Amino acid sequence: MRVGIPRSLLYYKYLPFWKTFLASVGLEVETSPMTNRKILADGVKVAENELCVPVKAFYGHCLALRDRVDALFVPRVVSMEERAYTCPKFLGLPDMIAAVAERLGLPPLLTPHLNQREKPSEFKWQLINFARDEFGIDRLDAVAALESAKLAQRQFQDGLAGGRTPLDLLPQSRLNRPRRRKAAGPSKRIGLLGHPYNIYDGYITQNLIARLEEIGAELVVPEMTDHHALMNAATDVPKQLYWTYEKEIMGAINLWTEKRQVDGVIYVLAFACGPDSLIQVLIEHRARTYNVPLMSLTIDEHSGEAGLVTRIEAFTDMLMRKRREHGNVEAVA
Amino acid sequence: MKISAPHMGHLHLMLADLFQRMGVEYVKPPPTTTKTLQIGAKVSPEFACLPLKINLGNFIEALEAGADSLVMAGGHGPCRFGYYGIVEDRILRDLGYEFDFYMLEPFNDGAWKFYKLFESLSPGLSIRSLWKILKVSFSKGRAFDRLYKRALQIRACEINRGDTSRALKKAEAVLTAAYSPNEIEEAAAESMAILEAVERDPDRQVLKVGIVGEFYLLLEPFSNFGLEEFLGHMGVYLERSVWVTDWIAPNRNNIIYGYPKKLVKQKAAPYLNHNVGGEGQETVGSVVLFAERGFDGVIQLLPFGCMPENIATSILPKVQQYHDIPVLTLAFDEQSGRAGVITRVEAFLDLLSARRMKRNAGVAAPLEPAAAAMSERM
Repeated sequence: MRVGIPRSLLYYKYLPFWKTFLASVGLEVETSPMTNRKILADGVKVAENELCVPVKAFYGHCLALRDRVDALFVPRVVSMEERAYTCPKFLGLPDMIAAVAERLGLPPLLTPHLNQREKPSEFKWQLINFARDEFGIDRLDAVAALESAKLAQRQFQDGLAGGRTPLDLLPQSRLNRPRRRKAAGPSKRIGLLGHPYNIYDGYITQNLIARLEEIGAELVVPEMTDHHALMNAATDVPKQLYWTYEKEIMGAINLWTEKRQVDGVIYVLAFACGPDSLIQVLIEHRARTYNVPLMSLTIDEHSGEAGLVTRIEAFTDMLMRKRREHGNVEAVA
Repeated sequence: MKISAPHMGHLHLMLADLFQRMGVEYVKPPPTTTKTLQIGAKVSPEFACLPLKINLGNFIEALEAGADSLVMAGGHGPCRFGYYGIVEDRILRDLGYEFDFYMLEPFNDGAWKFYKLFESLSPGLSIRSLWKILKVSFSKGRAFDRLYKRALQIRACEINRGDTSRALKKAEAVLTAAYSPNEIEEAAAESMAILEAVERDPDRQVLKVGIVGEFYLLLEPFSNFGLEEFLGHMGVYLERSVWVTDWIAPNRNNIIYGYPKKLVKQKAAPYLNHNVGGEGQETVGSVVLFAERGFDGVIQLLPFGCMPENIATSILPKVQQYHDIPVLTLAFDEQSGRAGVITRVEAFLDLLSARRMKRNAGVAAPLEPAAAAMSERM
């Protein structure tokens, strides 16, 4: 059986895990192509108007896989941590896709239910039961698949911790790399904040990473820091954030500002992203308090290239000017 | 201490009662107006949901009216509402306001924390007396909700337009004055009698419409342009899936709505098989319930960008198709205008009348009175 993994949303976080797990239980795994004009346009056409652009793209990716696979892998990732959630949209995603599946002629969905909110050890059983119910895999084989999947994910995480980005480590992503790199000159360390499914999706963010690298920026992304370190850094609020991925973002900006790891921060958020709309306030407050320049970049399916380029250039010019005026940015604080 | 909390429909009547019993001075924020929303929207993040913007407006107006402590409800996600308090606190402090901030987390998230919050508002309050206060205050809240629910049904058949709303005002005043448990019981009966005394046309053929969606939009008439009253005047019998006391009650048996949360979730399961926060799953389940009960249509209200409701909206087309019930989805933000909403609602009602007439084909003009009520408006 061929199973398709849409190249969108949590693909950028857990692909090595899922791909290895599904392959280990004897399935042929196929991923959708990188987001392109057609995929996004198809997604926008089917999806509810008010959803954020990455979810709209997800619909498009499901359509792109329609005729090539026997089943679509759309897990219900409720929670990856105790007392936390991912995002409401991930909780409802399988149902949202199922609601249009008949109309669009999508293949059947494989939707394991992954919830570590109450008890992290449940995760293992959820996957073992999923493998048993869907493919009749016995427990030992499922455990073996789970272990190799964990190993693959760990290698991926180690690669990230070693300073590489999901673009380097995930298949086919290299298409997004810069064509040329501006030589010499002092480089600017720019922290790129946001959800991986936005910032590493070259089509949605108009090749933002490549553009920044072309103008000589040295990029720092949250994925380079260990997950637990990010979580620990995000605990300075009176009430803990209950969205894991937003907590990572908060942790990243807290670390970067505290340790002066970046000269400036670009915060990419999708229009109508619920959790981001709130933590935006806290992030902007943090950057202001620590006197780190921050640019919030809101993206949606109508974002134009020219507007983006102008804003990036203005922002990097400002960083350079700030550095010239003050010798280096550290001195400002 | 002068404490204040944001408006949400008739919540202030219940809060006033609660704080009076606790011996805390309550500052009722000035009534929500367009200006309140403007003040709030100006300081809020661009695509935060509408309730947050109105909350902030209420808070700012309350602080300017002399409040020095603010209380806000919390929650444990995944809906944004549970994190409102932290963000509102941040925004207000960045604006330079000084105040004490209290987050009231749900009882189910820790009974001790819940008690401690009330204790910090009213030092020396014992668990026993808090329990008593909450019980009495809550029973009064239930009485209010029963009135509002009945009013939605009576208004459709009233003979003199506006009678129900006037009677409701009187009934509210009677109930507000009641203090002891006995008085509350008597006032509940008396106020309901006032409402029932509204002159009605028992033979009027009315459309039956269910209202579902996000709780703030359903509970706060300002945010939905008084849609319920408007529909009532159009001769539409209404039922609503969200009630403030149902929402507060820890057991979620939904006494006022009449359908326990568990049942609603069961009804939603074939379409949305997991809690998605807010009322997402309840919205889907309630549409199924209204369809099964033979309602003519359902109106879904949500703030623009509401995550749980957007999930529901994505799924509702399938529900509409399987259960053959029309659903009108209305999203609101600070840009919404009353005229646009009313036009769409009127068109929706026309559609519902046409559907009913088709179904009752052969029965002579069954909808005349409601249609007359409509043309009178235009």
